[in-house]
Amino acid sequence: MYQYDEIDQSVVDQRVAQFRGQVQRRLSGELSEDEFKPLRLMNGLYLQLHAYMLRVAIPYGTLSSAQLHKLADIARRYDRGYGHFTTRQNLQYNWPKLEDTPDILAELASVEMHAIQTSGNCIRNVTTEQFAGVAADEIDDPRVYAEIVRQWSTFHPEFSFLPRKFKIALTGAPTDRAAVRVHDIGLVLRYDDTGNVGFEVIVGGGQGRTPMIGKTIRAFLPKPYLLSYLEAIMRVYNQYGRRDNMYKARIKILVHEVGAEAFARDVEAEWEHIRATATDLPAAEEARIRAFFAAPPYRQVAGTDPGFAAKRLKDRAFALWVRTNVHAHRQPGYAIANISLKPEGLPPGDATADQMDVIAGLAERYSFGEIRVTHEQNLVLPHVAQADLYAVWQALREHGLGAANIGLISDIIACPGLDYCALANARSIPVAQQLSRRFSDLDRQHDLGELRLKIAGCITACGHHHVGHIGILGVDRKGEEYYQITLGGAADEQAAVGEIVGPAIARDELTDAVENIVTTYVDLRDTGERFIDTYRRLGRDPFKERLYDAR
Amino acid sequence: MQQVFTANRLTDGRVVYLTAAGDWSEDIAEGFLCANEDELSDYQRRAELAAVADEIVEPYAIDVQHGPDGARPVRYREVIRAFGPSIDYAVAVSAGAS
Amino acid sequence: MTLVRDQEVIDSPWPSSEIDGDVPLLTLDEWSARRDELRRTNAPLGLRLASDQGADLIADDVQRFAVIALDFPTFKDGRAYSTARLLRERYGFRGELRAIGNVLRDQLSSMHRCGFSAFEVDGDDAADKLRKALAEIGAWYQWTGDRRPTVAHLRHARRAERARG
Repeated sequence: MYQYDEIDQSVVDQRVAQFRGQVQRRLSGELSEDEFKPLRLMNGLYLQLHAYMLRVAIPYGTLSSAQLHKLADIARRYDRGYGHFTTRQNLQYNWPKLEDTPDILAELASVEMHAIQTSGNCIRNVTTEQFAGVAADEIDDPRVYAEIVRQWSTFHPEFSFLPRKFKIALTGAPTDRAAVRVHDIGLVLRYDDTGNVGFEVIVGGGQGRTPMIGKTIRAFLPKPYLLSYLEAIMRVYNQYGRRDNMYKARIKILVHEVGAEAFARDVEAEWEHIRATATDLPAAEEARIRAFFAAPPYRQVAGTDPGFAAKRLKDRAFALWVRTNVHAHRQPGYAIANISLKPEGLPPGDATADQMDVIAGLAERYSFGEIRVTHEQNLVLPHVAQADLYAVWQALREHGLGAANIGLISDIIACPGLDYCALANARSIPVAQQLSRRFSDLDRQHDLGELRLKIAGCITACGHHHVGHIGILGVDRKGEEYYQITLGGAADEQAAVGEIVGPAIARDELTDAVENIVTTYVDLRDTGERFIDTYRRLGRDPFKERLYDAR
Repeated sequence: MQQVFTANRLTDGRVVYLTAAGDWSEDIAEGFLCANEDELSDYQRRAELAAVADEIVEPYAIDVQHGPDGARPVRYREVIRAFGPSIDYAVAVSAGAS
Repeated sequence: MTLVRDQEVIDSPWPSSEIDGDVPLLTLDEWSARRDELRRTNAPLGLRLASDQGADLIADDVQRFAVIALDFPTFKDGRAYSTARLLRERYGFRGELRAIGNVLRDQLSSMHRCGFSAFEVDGDDAADKLRKALAEIGAWYQWTGDRRPTVAHLRHARRAERARG
C-alpha cells in the first residue's frame, strides 16, 4: 500500500488546518452558507436529512488495518457506532457535527486518510477494482496509476471549479471489475502491438438522469503520458462543459453534443501542446510509487492446501461460502476472501464499529494488514493463505459477516435512500431488506445464480440501478413511494444501461414483482444461462408481459 | 392544514423546529403551528433572521396535521426528518452507541 | 473592493507589474472594434474577458496588454483558471493578470498558481487576506507556469540531498 512521506503528510495536515479555519469562519458568520458550501463539499461534508454526512475517501478502495481501526474509532467517538461503504469505495458517516469535523479530519490525517474531494465539482475519488495486484488476468497493477492520478488530482488549482463532479476509474485487466465504462473517464490497461503498457481512454460514461456508456477516444495511450492526456481532457471539459443547467453539465453531455470524434480531436489538439511537459510524471517517481505495491512476503506453497480441501468436503456451510466468496489468487496456496456486508435483513454496505475492528484484526493476522472495498459495497481480504480460510470464515460468521452471497441476488447494492439522503425520492434500505428476506434461501439463490440487483432512491443513481441486471429506481408519485424496474443493465466490459420494463410499481408490490421477474428467468432459461444471458437472448418482452399481465 | 418551520442547526446539522418563543427545538411537538397568513409571515421572518444569524441553515415551512401523538408532517420525507430513519438497524445501533 | 498585487506580499513568480495608476479595461467587443487604431498607440491597454471568452480569442494580441482581467461571475465558474494558464503558459502573457468579480479568499492560492498576479477583493484587508491565503499551502502536486517545484520534484530533490549525505 502507498505510504505518505513527509510531503504527502504536510499536504493533508495543511488542508486540515485550512478547513479548521474555514469552519471557524463559518461558525462566526464571516462566511455565508453559500460561500462555505463548496468548501465543505471539497472536504466531503454534506448536509443531509437529519444531520451532516461525512464521506471519507478510501483511495481506490485500499485500506490498512490501522486505517480501518481508526474508522471504527471515529464511528464510536464522533458518530453512532457504524459506517456505510459506498459504490465509489468510500465510507460515509451519517451523524457527525460540523464543529467536530476538523477534529475528525485530523484523526483521519493521523492514519494518512482524508475526505478531500469526495464531493463538489472537482475530481473525486479515483476508483479501481478490488482484485488489483492479486488477480491472475491483470496486465499491470492499476493501483500504481490510481495513486498517480490521485496525487495529480488532489487540489488541482485549475480544476477545482468544474461544471460538475468528475469521476475517474481504472481497470487492470480486460475483465472490467471497476465499471469504467460508466465513469466520466475510464482507463483500461492494455498492451500495444510491441508489448508496451498503456491505456485505452474512454470518456463520457455515466449514470444519473441521462445514463450513457463511455466512448473510446483513444485506443492506446502510452503510459508516460497519462497525466498530460488527462489534463488535456480536463481542460477541454472545464472550458466547454455546460454551466447553464446542472443536469446537463457532466462531460458525457459535452461528448454527446459535440460528438466523440470532434471531442477526441479537441483533446488531441490540446494534448499536443502539453505532452512531455513537466505535467507528466518522471519515471523515477512512477518507480517509487510502484514499489509500494510490490507483492507481500507470501509463504512459498505448492498447490492447494490439503486442510482447506478437507474442510470443504466436511463442512457444507464453509463449502458454500468458498463457492461464492473466495476467488482464485495469482499466488499458489493463497486466496482472495470476500466479506459480504449484505447479511439478511440489514442495510447493505453498513458495518458496525465492532465489525470494522474484527475485520481489521483479521486483516492484520491473515491478510498482511490489507483490506479492499468494492464498488458493490463489500470488503475483501486480498491475501489469505488457503490454510487460514476456515479460521477466517469462522471469525466472520461469529460477527455477522459470514453471508455466503457474493454475486447472488441477496448481494444487493443500495444507496442510503430517503432514510438518510436529502436527494432521495423513496427509501431503498427497507426495499433491500424485504428482498433479502424473501430470497434468503441459499439453495434457491444458488439456483438463480449470478444476479446483480441494484437499488437507487433517486435518479442520481448512487445505487447504480442503471447497471443492475435488475435495477430498481425510487420515484415520487404524488407523495407515495413508487419504484421503476429496469432490466439487463451491466457494469462489466459488456456495459449496458438497463431497460425500463414498464410503469412504476408501489412499494408493497415490489417484492412480488421481483419474484415474478426471477420466475420468468427460471422458466425460460437455457442450461447454464445466467439471468443476464437469458435477458440478452430474449429481450424485455417476455419479462414485461409476465409482469404486467399478472397485475 | 397548519404549517411549522423547520431547518438544520448549523453546528451539528440536527433537524430543528421553530418554537413559539422563537428558538429551535429538536422536538416537532414544540414547533409553533402557524394557522393563518399573518402567523406564517411573522414566523417566516423569524426563521430567515435565524438563518442570517447563522443559528440554522435553509429554513422552510412544512405542512403538518394533528395525529393521535401530536403534530405529524404530511410529507413522508418530513416524517423521516422528524422521527429518524425508518429502519431498525440505525435505531438499534444508535440507541446502544451515543 | 481593493486591488492587491501578489508582489506586495510575496516574491512573485509572475512578471512584475509596472503599471502606474489605473489602466482602463476594454471589453473584447471594444477591442475588436478598435483594434487597428489601438495597436498603433503606445498607451498601456487593459482588457477584460467574460468567463465564456477563451484565451484563444486574443492569442495574437496578448503582448499588447498591460492588464488582462478575467471575470468570475460567481466563484463557482472555474473557466478563468484555464484561461489564465493558457494566457501565461501558451501565449506568454507578461502583464498583470487580474482576477475580478466574485473573488474570495479561499480561491486565491489556486488562482495565483494558475497565473493571476492581482486580485480585486472585498474589504480593506486585501493584502492580509492574500498573504495568509498564499502561506496556507506549502506543497502542490501539480506543475503550472509559476514553475513552483511539485511534490514529486521536492521529494526527489530531498532524496538526492540525503544520498549525498
